[in-house]
Amino acid sequence: MAGSLRALRRRIRSTQSTKKIFSAQELIAGARIVRAQARVEASKPYAREITRVLSALASSASLDHPLLTERQNPQRAAVLVITSDRGFAGSYNVNVLRRTEELLSLLRQEGKQPLLYVVGRKGETYYSFRNREVTATFTGFSEQPNYTDAQEVGRQLIDAFTAGEDDDREAGAGGSAGRDGILGVDELHIVYTEFRSLLAQVPVAKRMAPLEVEEVDEFDYEREERAAGGAGDSGIPTSYEFEPSAEGLLDALLPKYITTRIYAAMLESAASESASRRRAMKSASDNAEELAKNLSRQANQARQAEITQEISEIVGGADALVSSGAND
Amino acid sequence: MATLQVELVAVERKIWSGEATRVIARTTEGELGVLPGHTPLLGQLADGGVVTIRTEAGDDLVVAAHGGFLSVTEQGVSILAETAEISSEIDVERAREALRRAENEGDTPEAQAAARRAQSRLRAAGDSA
Repeated sequence: MAGSLRALRRRIRSTQSTKKIFSAQELIAGARIVRAQARVEASKPYAREITRVLSALASSASLDHPLLTERQNPQRAAVLVITSDRGFAGSYNVNVLRRTEELLSLLRQEGKQPLLYVVGRKGETYYSFRNREVTATFTGFSEQPNYTDAQEVGRQLIDAFTAGEDDDREAGAGGSAGRDGILGVDELHIVYTEFRSLLAQVPVAKRMAPLEVEEVDEFDYEREERAAGGAGDSGIPTSYEFEPSAEGLLDALLPKYITTRIYAAMLESAASESASRRRAMKSASDNAEELAKNLSRQANQARQAEITQEISEIVGGADALVSSGAND
Repeated sequence: MATLQVELVAVERKIWSGEATRVIARTTEGELGVLPGHTPLLGQLADGGVVTIRTEAGDDLVVAAHGGFLSVTEQGVSILAETAEISSEIDVERAREALRRAENEGDTPEAQAAARRAQSRLRAAGDSA
């Protein structure tokens, strides 16, 4: 009996100390969400402006830029997956990776060969454990991504995409490298977690390139602005002067636009990661508390049982002494 | 007096917004001054360029902007930059250090871009590189 009491006490102690870790993690994640949300907000003016500039440009320039044109018979598609570096985030990574698997099988059905680009250590280990080929991994910034990180990722993706422009796509499965000798990709996709609210984070898959011009309007900032700006804008598209040419500007602007979208996706994912981590840690510390409560109940019971037994042993012993004395 | 509504946004945050009487920038084609009532214009800012905004109060706000665009509409001017720093926030010592490091690194495109960035920071801070 005494042995089990000691074991119970040890379990209570360890549960309580893990609970401390969980609640510390919960607090940290809580603080991080606030910061991540602020960064998402801070990055919005730029996204809004670049979208406006791009739609202005799109209405004036001829849209035959490689990043905008759909390629005949696409063979290879790059998929950028954004996961976290650390675990302890509930179903966050599982959801993103499941969404990715769906996208991959869809791409394969369409006869395209998917190439994986992974952000975050969790995604990296997921694919290396399954012996799946990953083209590039980027780790170490999932919780606090910088624009330079997005630039690095964007550069590699856009390079692969431009390298794919002259590939021979008629050569059957996979295609073969074109004049530049580099086997590129024909499409860019991204899978990340959208931060809808503190309680809802949804993994989404989107195509980044070729861009559809409708997608530029997807945000509908212009209409918003018109509603807010009032009568100043009569709705007639402004005719712009361009320095340098409209095509030159498009060349410079589109890669930046894609990088901005990658950056926005990283920021959203970072906010989602912290939100799922906080939720996971909250339920873990609640569970730990529940467990500690149950265990201390059992421990109290065991302690009382021990005392009762000791008393009855003493009483029994005294009784035996008394009765043996009476017999003398 | 007519003013321009100027917005200066970098990727990570909005840096400055307000009324201004004049904006001077350098695009890849050359120097450019924007006064109220300017024709709508889209321009790519030259790398290592400096943007000068004369505020309503008459002060000059000098900004080092890298990888940016300038958009002029009837509503105002917006300057988009990958990174932008206002001259008063620039650490001259660090910029000099960055320039030295970039120059020692040789002729890689990254080093050249870093050197240009450092130069524009120094220029914005009013320190001849």
